[in-house]
Amino acid sequence: MSQLTANFNLAFPSFHLQANINVRAEGVIAIFGNSGCGKTTFLRCLAGLERSITGSMTLDTYTWQDESQGIFVPLSQRPIGYVFQEPRLFPHINVHANLQYGWKRTDKSVRHIALEQVVQVLDIEQLLERRPSSLSGGEQQRVAIGRALLTSPKLLLMDEPLSSLDLQRKREILPFIKKLDSEFHIPIVYVSHDLNEIVELAKTMVLLKEGKVAVSGQIEEVFSQLNLRHLIPENHLGALVDTAVAEQDQEFGLTKLTFSGGHLHVPHQERTIGERLRVQILAKDVSIISSPPSFQTSVLNLLEATVVEIGEVHTGHPFVDIKLDIGCPLLATITRKSLAALKLHPGQIVYAQIKAVALSSETYQ
Amino acid sequence: MIFDLDLGPLWLTLQLAGATVIVLLLVGTPIAWWLAFTSSRLRTIVEAIVALPIVLPPTVLGFYLLIALGPHGFLGSPWKDLTGSTLSFTFTGLVIASTFYSLPFVVQPLHGAFESVGKKPLEAAWALGASRLDTFLTVASPMALRGYLTAIVLGFAHTLGEFGVVLMVGGNIPGQTKVLSIAIYDHVEVLEYAQAHTLSLGLLIFSFVVLLAVYTANRRLPLHAT
Repeated sequence: MSQLTANFNLAFPSFHLQANINVRAEGVIAIFGNSGCGKTTFLRCLAGLERSITGSMTLDTYTWQDESQGIFVPLSQRPIGYVFQEPRLFPHINVHANLQYGWKRTDKSVRHIALEQVVQVLDIEQLLERRPSSLSGGEQQRVAIGRALLTSPKLLLMDEPLSSLDLQRKREILPFIKKLDSEFHIPIVYVSHDLNEIVELAKTMVLLKEGKVAVSGQIEEVFSQLNLRHLIPENHLGALVDTAVAEQDQEFGLTKLTFSGGHLHVPHQERTIGERLRVQILAKDVSIISSPPSFQTSVLNLLEATVVEIGEVHTGHPFVDIKLDIGCPLLATITRKSLAALKLHPGQIVYAQIKAVALSSETYQ
Repeated sequence: MIFDLDLGPLWLTLQLAGATVIVLLLVGTPIAWWLAFTSSRLRTIVEAIVALPIVLPPTVLGFYLLIALGPHGFLGSPWKDLTGSTLSFTFTGLVIASTFYSLPFVVQPLHGAFESVGKKPLEAAWALGASRLDTFLTVASPMALRGYLTAIVLGFAHTLGEFGVVLMVGGNIPGQTKVLSIAIYDHVEVLEYAQAHTLSLGLLIFSFVVLLAVYTANRRLPLHAT
């Protein structure tokens, strides 16, 4: 499996980027962080639009930058596709010519993505003869994605491609981005400050804070880590669980999902049996009880769990995060008072009550 | 009165303006490009130098150009070594002088046009595999088309109307340096008002028609705001 490694050290008057990554170059690699943390700069470094004096960047066997050996390949010679925050279509030529711009400049032996395929996947057939200025924002961004794909890149960089769009347009494009991975097998580095998008798309996640990589790894592993509070907003803290649709309960309007640790019941999802679904169980939606409830509970999802780790306790902060194992990792946020009352310790068997399951894709459906 | 009118100055003027515009586009494009995209501190200094001909009296500019183009000047002397002839009081000398004189009228519109194209489309083109020159030719130039049109017209028109610099550098040699504005002056000096009238009116109408054509074309050209 090919790796993407990069190491940049770049000082600006108000900001210092000092970031290393070494991740599997597969699927969507999300770069997340607050605005001003250096996400875009990092992406521009990967592209070679910013040059870090002591940087290096390799993908698989390609070395595009290694300043210690004096190697720096300019962007125009790197097989990299770049989708900017704004579509940046060329206004003086029509959509078709925009799509062909990079394709024409790509060596015949390298081309493995055809215009027809891109046009079909991105559904832009009816736009081909039009001028970019007559397209909606969503349409323009789809063309921009197509234009980048048609250079048959080895790596696709996307800088918040959805951020300038309203929710409806996001919904329109997100499925296309999801498809890119399966259709074209190009690793994508995807910069975003929207965790819903990231949970929906990413296989790998890199968390940036103040120009440095705080955490990186497989997205499920990242989200199951404790002590992310300073990196991720509270309403997004929680483990990701990969599930498959097991059963549709028509009578009660529920969908039963199965995962490595058992089942979850969620409100009815318009999905086919067997379809894979990544869900997030927010830490604030999980409560812990020390023994199975002797009374009936209205909470449908009640799972046996083992306490794995107790998060950092900050005096003055009422909450503490607990990492549980339910066949896969699960995070729960409880009060310090409850922690004391339940006398939680690693290895202890408890029950996790899951009040809600967030289906990330819901936001966009 | 039409019959004894010498059209030589008119032809010479058009040649001079045409040649000057061509030289200015070649010289002005890289200057304007540099001004639009550099972060160098020299930028403001270069900007000021380029704008000088707008404020300087043409006689001042002409005076220095006369010295520079003369047989001992920094342009004239190497030219003389190279070709054996002097630059001052020649057509070539006039083209060089006009290039300086009209420089801001070509550089400024191009500078503005490149700035409004901005870096973003260029980066997009690089990412699509276009080299710098390719990007300039296929993205930046077509997007700056309006700027080019304005630069050509202003450069041409400004050269048409020059008087002071020509008089200083070129003198008044028929077929060589006697351009329209000087011919008109000559006619007026010897009280040939009819001939002066014809040439002046001709220039007036010509200028108006050209400007009209350009503004019409400019309006029809799509505006490539980014």
